[in-house]
Amino acid sequence: MAASPIILSDTTFDEEINASTEPVLVDFWAEWCGPCKMIAPILDEIAEEQAGKLKVAKLNVDEAPAVAQRFEVMSIPTMIVFQDGKPAKRLVGAKPKAALVKDLAEFL
Amino acid sequence: MVIIGSGPAGLTAAIYTARADLHPLVLEGEPSSTSDQPGGQLMLTTDVENYPGFPDGVMGPALMQDFRAQALRFGAKIETAKASRVDLSAPPYGIWVGDPDAPEPDHRAETVIVSTGAQSIMLGLDRELEFMGHGLSTCATCDGFFFRDQHIAVVGGGDSAMEEATFLSRFARKITVVHRRDELRASKIMQARAFAADKIEFCWDTVVDSYIGSSRLEGLGVRNLKTGRESQLDVTGCFIAIGHTPNTSLFEGQLEMKENGYLVTEPGSTRTGVEGVFACGDVQDDYYRQAVTAAGSGCMAAIDAERYLEQKDHPATGP
Repeated sequence: MAASPIILSDTTFDEEINASTEPVLVDFWAEWCGPCKMIAPILDEIAEEQAGKLKVAKLNVDEAPAVAQRFEVMSIPTMIVFQDGKPAKRLVGAKPKAALVKDLAEFL
Repeated sequence: MVIIGSGPAGLTAAIYTARADLHPLVLEGEPSSTSDQPGGQLMLTTDVENYPGFPDGVMGPALMQDFRAQALRFGAKIETAKASRVDLSAPPYGIWVGDPDAPEPDHRAETVIVSTGAQSIMLGLDRELEFMGHGLSTCATCDGFFFRDQHIAVVGGGDSAMEEATFLSRFARKITVVHRRDELRASKIMQARAFAADKIEFCWDTVVDSYIGSSRLEGLGVRNLKTGRESQLDVTGCFIAIGHTPNTSLFEGQLEMKENGYLVTEPGSTRTGVEGVFACGDVQDDYYRQAVTAAGSGCMAAIDAERYLEQKDHPATGP
């Protein structure tokens, strides 16, 4: 089964995060952020490769500013892994796939 | 042929050498947020207003995407990897991308074009990493959005500092430019823009000594160099633009460098001291440092490399 990232908004965020039985990696991004675009294809791959273990979700900070503010996102890309509805790990900045997968090892 | 780096210089060299059927392989680097990434420093900018051919300006990342597409169109191969070691002792030169201690290089090339560029310098103060993403940023275009109606600092006095301050004035309530001298190094047009913005004020002759805050940045410890007076600047954001350092550690001991680490090329060409190794773009330019000069020198490197290979194969035909 090919999995692709879920798109979150201010209104769907809580429901999706709380309902998930798997950890959810939320990528806070925006159209105007070069490094965010660089890691987008990497996150697509991780969504597919880790299907069943880790969900990947994307939150556009332009369209969902409330959630970004709630989690004090001040730099993008920021990736927060939510486990049981709570933030469990926070990663800031673009990085190569291998480094990202290593940072996520505890959830995979 | 291998091209190391994928900013305007590396990709222009790729376009030219691919069109000349030299089958270039571009090692484009790896994603990062520190201006050392595929596409180079333009990936962290917004509007580029001085690249010829775009009367209405162009977005930095979009421009680099087009450079890349143009190189691919002529058959350049692009690998998303960072060179980890080079051996320039004798051709074919060795280039490693994975484990630098591996006995055999991942690639061998008759000619190498070095276009690894430069990256922004940080202040190197305590807790710098800790505050990164918590008020401290290296990318105004990425993070300015999050500082709406806040007071933020921009450290530096050159073009990039003025560009960041002017860009950030769209969001911030107030911007304080902290600069170690009493005049700017920035170009006239960038200075005029910054001076004209109501929200931007200047803190002259001042350096930053420390970052202040518990879990996120709450201020900067600053010191006036003329009076020695220390004080706290209450800002919730800080953007650093104090200059660049060339990405040349890979070539230490193998290519000649100036004292500041920039590569030395033969005047009027892109030739380094090592035969068949050419350098272009910011990695060998501590003076002009423009996208268009980088692209221009990338073209020079491609032509230098092409003639070098011709010469090598047919020693009788001179230039």
